[in-house]
Amino acid sequence: MDWQAFALSLRLAAVTTAILLAISVPLAALIVLGRGRWLAALEALATLPMVLPPTVLGFFLLVLLGPRTAFGRGIAALLGHPLAFSFDGLVVGSVIYSLPFAVQPLVAGFSSVDSALVDAARLLGAGPVRLVSSILVPLARRSLVAAIVLSFLHTVGEFGVVLMLGGDIPGATRTLSIVLYDQVESFDYSAADRTALLLLGLSVVALALVYSKTRKPGVGRA
Amino acid sequence: MLNFSIDARRGSFHLHVECTFASEWTVIFGPSGAGKSTLLRLLAGLDHPTKGRIALDGRALTETSTRLCVPPGHRLTSLVSQQPALFPHLTAAANVAYGLGSLGRVARGRRTDEMLEFVGASDLAARRPQDLSGGQAQRVALARALAPAPRLLLLDEPFSALDGVASDALLARLQNWLRENKVQTVMATHDATDALATSAEVLLLRDGTQAALGPGAEVLASERDRLIGRLQPPLN
Repeated sequence: MDWQAFALSLRLAAVTTAILLAISVPLAALIVLGRGRWLAALEALATLPMVLPPTVLGFFLLVLLGPRTAFGRGIAALLGHPLAFSFDGLVVGSVIYSLPFAVQPLVAGFSSVDSALVDAARLLGAGPVRLVSSILVPLARRSLVAAIVLSFLHTVGEFGVVLMLGGDIPGATRTLSIVLYDQVESFDYSAADRTALLLLGLSVVALALVYSKTRKPGVGRA
Repeated sequence: MLNFSIDARRGSFHLHVECTFASEWTVIFGPSGAGKSTLLRLLAGLDHPTKGRIALDGRALTETSTRLCVPPGHRLTSLVSQQPALFPHLTAAANVAYGLGSLGRVARGRRTDEMLEFVGASDLAARRPQDLSGGQAQRVALARALAPAPRLLLLDEPFSALDGVASDALLARLQNWLRENKVQTVMATHDATDALATSAEVLLLRDGTQAALGPGAEVLASERDRLIGRLQPPLN
């Protein structure tokens, strides 16, 4: 088992999820509470990575963050190294790729909050930050948990963007998905079995955790 | 004094009202769909008119010509609707305290207790909204609206879940409190008995337009006669 890749995958997923949370909560609140036609375009843009093939997204990011563009050169000058083929580059790619998986559950959750409660909070003087933190987030906490877990798992299992943008550098960009690909390519199926099982186990445990936390008490199924 | 000139379109519905409410207590009376709730939401700043101006005591709250719209929480205006809209994850006391963020902890607690006691809901302080009856929830919603000391109170059939006796008692107590605290009140109702009970100035609203404005006894004379007629036994 490649424990270094395992640790790197978890670290990438944790950092990505934390950044996504910081971006997605205000973004979803803006989409739900805001007014204007441009919000539809914003939501479409936030959903785009869901329908874009990961390799295409990875290729675009590779070009954008590489030395062929002024943006990529600027970032490299700022950080002292190019973002492509680095852990930081993987984080950027993962955040963009998993954005819809964080935003969509939150938009659904915030939209389901009764608008009369939002009006009541606004009448009582709640500004946007307090409205989101004291009303929307607590009342949509199931959606928040779903957004966290989906973002985390999606990042752990991501392959196309990672391979395109990060390559296969041990300790820097080699994640469990890349390890699995390498193992299969070298016909080491027993090692591939273990890696695949670990990825499967992670997903099952995380999803079980979500459903146990988000299941309403006392609601049974006949 | 509240004066406004409002033009608002909601689909095929057109609200056009232009008047001044000078008395402490004004009732907006009209059938369902006349535009009462729409008018209250516009006054509260929750919706924006297509064209118009709203001013309270000479201070402009909404003015479409200058694109002015003071946000709902900064208009010194509270709204109590038929649906109490209590925050389900907070206790009754926390609901009442929600609008008191500018006060210190002790003052906030004192004000919360005071308002819950005023509406007769002191024993409900620790309960969550889902454990309250409809009438209890409306009492807590009223306490929450009064707690920040508004200058204008908007009531949209707020006592519909209370029985007649409880509603009359609370209404009488509320009117005294509002008078003492110099709070101007606008209450929307489609119930003529509610409108007549408060002996207030009445705005009669029909299909989004002002049909009459004046003393309740005059504006609602025909409604009063209709009610009296219903109470008299038919002659054989």
